[in-house]
Amino acid sequence: MEFTLLIVALPLLLFFVLGLGGSRMQPRVAGIIGTLGMGTAAALSYAAAIRYFFAEGKVEGVFREIIPYSVEWLRFTDKLHIDLGILLDPISVMMLVVITTVSLMVHLYSLGYMRGERGFQRYYALLSLFSFSMLGLVVATNIFQMYIFWELVGVSSYSLIGFYYAKPSAVSASKKAFIVTRFADLGFLIGILVLSYYTGTFDFAALNGDKAQLVVSHTAGASFMGISIASWAMALIFMGGAGKSAMFPLHIWLPDAMEGPTPVSALIHAATMVVAGVFLVARLFPVYYFAAPDVLTMIGYVGAFTALFAAVIAITQTDIKRVLAFSTISQIAYMMVALGVSGYGDHEGLGYMASMFHLFTHAFFKALLFLGAGSVIHAVHSNEMGDMGNLRKYMPITHITFLIACLSIAGIPPFSGFFSKDEILAASLHHDKLLFFVLWVVAGLTAFYMFRLYFNIFWGKAKTYDGHHRPHESPLVMSLPLMLLALLSCGAGFTAFSQLVSSNGAPFHTHIEWEVAALGVAVALLGIALATKLYMRGGELPTLIAAAMGRFYRAALRKFYMDELWLFVTRKVIFRFISTPIARFDRRVIDGSMDGVGWVATRLAAAVKPFQNGKVQWYAFVFVLGAAAVAIWALCL
Amino acid sequence: MIPMVSYLALSTLLFFVGIYGFIARKNMLAMLISIELILNAVELNFSVFNRYLYPEQMEGMFFSLFGIAVSAAETAVAIAIIINVYRNAQNIDIRHVDKLKG
Amino acid sequence: MELGTSIVFYVLAAVIVASAIFAVTAKRIMRAATCLLFVLVGTAGLYLLLNYHFLAAVQLSVYAGGVLILFIFAILLTNPKGDPAEPADRQKVVMGIVAALCGLAVTAVIVLKHFALYPIHPSAVGEQEINMQAIGAALMGTGKQQYLLPFELLSVLLLACIIGGILIARKGKGQVGEAEE
Repeated sequence: MEFTLLIVALPLLLFFVLGLGGSRMQPRVAGIIGTLGMGTAAALSYAAAIRYFFAEGKVEGVFREIIPYSVEWLRFTDKLHIDLGILLDPISVMMLVVITTVSLMVHLYSLGYMRGERGFQRYYALLSLFSFSMLGLVVATNIFQMYIFWELVGVSSYSLIGFYYAKPSAVSASKKAFIVTRFADLGFLIGILVLSYYTGTFDFAALNGDKAQLVVSHTAGASFMGISIASWAMALIFMGGAGKSAMFPLHIWLPDAMEGPTPVSALIHAATMVVAGVFLVARLFPVYYFAAPDVLTMIGYVGAFTALFAAVIAITQTDIKRVLAFSTISQIAYMMVALGVSGYGDHEGLGYMASMFHLFTHAFFKALLFLGAGSVIHAVHSNEMGDMGNLRKYMPITHITFLIACLSIAGIPPFSGFFSKDEILAASLHHDKLLFFVLWVVAGLTAFYMFRLYFNIFWGKAKTYDGHHRPHESPLVMSLPLMLLALLSCGAGFTAFSQLVSSNGAPFHTHIEWEVAALGVAVALLGIALATKLYMRGGELPTLIAAAMGRFYRAALRKFYMDELWLFVTRKVIFRFISTPIARFDRRVIDGSMDGVGWVATRLAAAVKPFQNGKVQWYAFVFVLGAAAVAIWALCL
Repeated sequence: MIPMVSYLALSTLLFFVGIYGFIARKNMLAMLISIELILNAVELNFSVFNRYLYPEQMEGMFFSLFGIAVSAAETAVAIAIIINVYRNAQNIDIRHVDKLKG
Repeated sequence: MELGTSIVFYVLAAVIVASAIFAVTAKRIMRAATCLLFVLVGTAGLYLLLNYHFLAAVQLSVYAGGVLILFIFAILLTNPKGDPAEPADRQKVVMGIVAALCGLAVTAVIVLKHFALYPIHPSAVGEQEINMQAIGAALMGTGKQQYLLPFELLSVLLLACIIGGILIARKGKGQVGEAEE
């Protein structure tokens, strides 16, 4: 399985080739090189997945971890060292497939979408860098390697969000994304340090599986503010995951990140980067489960709240990419809840499996939604719902594929979202009734806002377009990825996922729980019906309802004032009461003492300087008097 | 006969007259003249000590001899420098030569 | 004889001190140089009194003959507008007087304190003139209390001075051009 190294190395190579040599190539050539390279990586990933799942991975009926490649990089003590390597286990192989597939689709799609943009080569170089970082993240053998690639992901997403660097809103959005996630990563780093300090290792292999008990024994007895050290460490690590995965209250960067090019949104903010947090929790799941079950519960509740919160906001948004952004937050939160309610071991670990399953299916249909939205934006040159409508006649392929994605995310059988969502609902029902109820409501809301989006774009009022700006179907290079992803969205749900991915590596059988499924489908259908009634023909009804909701509607429209709250917290509280005193301390005391040393030296020099005034006679005068003084002193002795 | 103290008193006077001249004069050549006075006083002292204290030896005299030669060399170089200064500044006032300072 | 020697000494001493004082106070630099000549000649006379005839000859030839000529050339070169009197700088005069008096006082104390140590007369040996052959042997010998090495060093020093003096005082190329214009 050594060739898996190539999967990671290839995008890095592409990054250097395109980044350094891109300006000397035709944009088209650069794009094709990038796409072909990513296609190779994707093919390698499929080969790796097939060999892992069906040939080499399973030993005595349990999927084990394979480390085909590992080098020691930094050694601190006998036990504590940082390696760089590749770890293959069910979830990392699954992620390899997801990332390379979506990345390949985005590469292909961008050939059409980004055609003629300035910096086309730079765009492809950055896409490669991002793919490299994300692949390195999922195959990390230890938590520190993961952290390195985690930050690389942050940097490359920063530069992709700010791709239109001439646009102030894009620049501020990229800065916001970077700062918010970086702030969260501070917690991640502290968590890593605490965890490794107590367990003496960074390796996942030494932390996970049956050895998770080790963490418990290593951290036993130590506690801080009444909460065990293990819980602190895992909660801090979750903070990093919450930042990347846009969990409340660190979700504020994701909607703004839509300033980036739409394919980038599809890649980063739908399928890959935002699920890094979910992946992190899944990666360390045994540790969470055995050492910090309280944190796991917290993750469940944070996820549930985020899911509901984001879904409510999504209903009110009019920018189609923002709707998708909030739906992403909501769906990621779904995965978090599934992890939070999961147990460990065969059927106990249903939530874990469901979470990974939803990650898998969501990646495809959410990427499809974003790419479809990109196709629409490409056609009408606007992000606003008000500028669209009745597009189904002009863009048939986009229309059909978008509809498939909407049905999938809404959880209508037999599309893929139904299967994974059903597993999540089932898992939460067995664990916590309240969480189940919240998720159930969110499922209805999801169906509603997705079909609100769908009807507003493709149906609605019979809008006429000027002859010149007549929308048209996208070229094949853009519609082909849509069709492929639509196919995946239809088919991905039939994967026997529990046979491949489970919390302890042992395959188990699941079956659809028909009561849960019926409840879920019913609420989804209700949402769709409501949306159909309200939006299919257009009309005044939605406006009237919004007016009736009054204050609540306005709050949701303004995203419940979270941005304002953060601004208040940072500007009025942190800047004023923490940063300003620190800055003052720095300037007055630390700089002051340094300046003081310099000042004293300067004054001393200024005082001494006149002695050397360049007047030789003055020197002679002083010299003679000095000699006389020495002579007198000698005489007196 | 002349007591040795007389010689010493004379050379002391000569020496400090030179010191005064070196400090008080503005003209660089006048300062150089003062230096010659100082050197003369020193050489005289060498000779006198030799003659009165160790008459059978010649060290003091040779010191004077070499002193005379060195002072001649020093004068030659100093005058070359003074002429160079004059060429640049059109005068040889020591007050203009004070750039070498902190 | 003894009286004559004393008279000669005191006359010489008076000339030296008076000339020296005039040399450092003279307004005109040319007069100062002339007074320096008197001081140098007077010192040569003192060497004769001390029976250092060779030293006296060197003093006359090198100082009076060489150095003083250099001075006069330099004075003439640096005073194209004649020899203007320079006004005294009061502060410097005060400084000079203070320094000179301080040093003089200290030295006088030292000299007079050890007055008793000094012989009144030179010893009998010291009355004789030094043999020129002895001087030559000491200058050219390499043994103890012989001075070939300093002599040669001095010749190198003089050579360096010749070269250095030429190099410093020589006009630069640009200045030659200016002079020709």
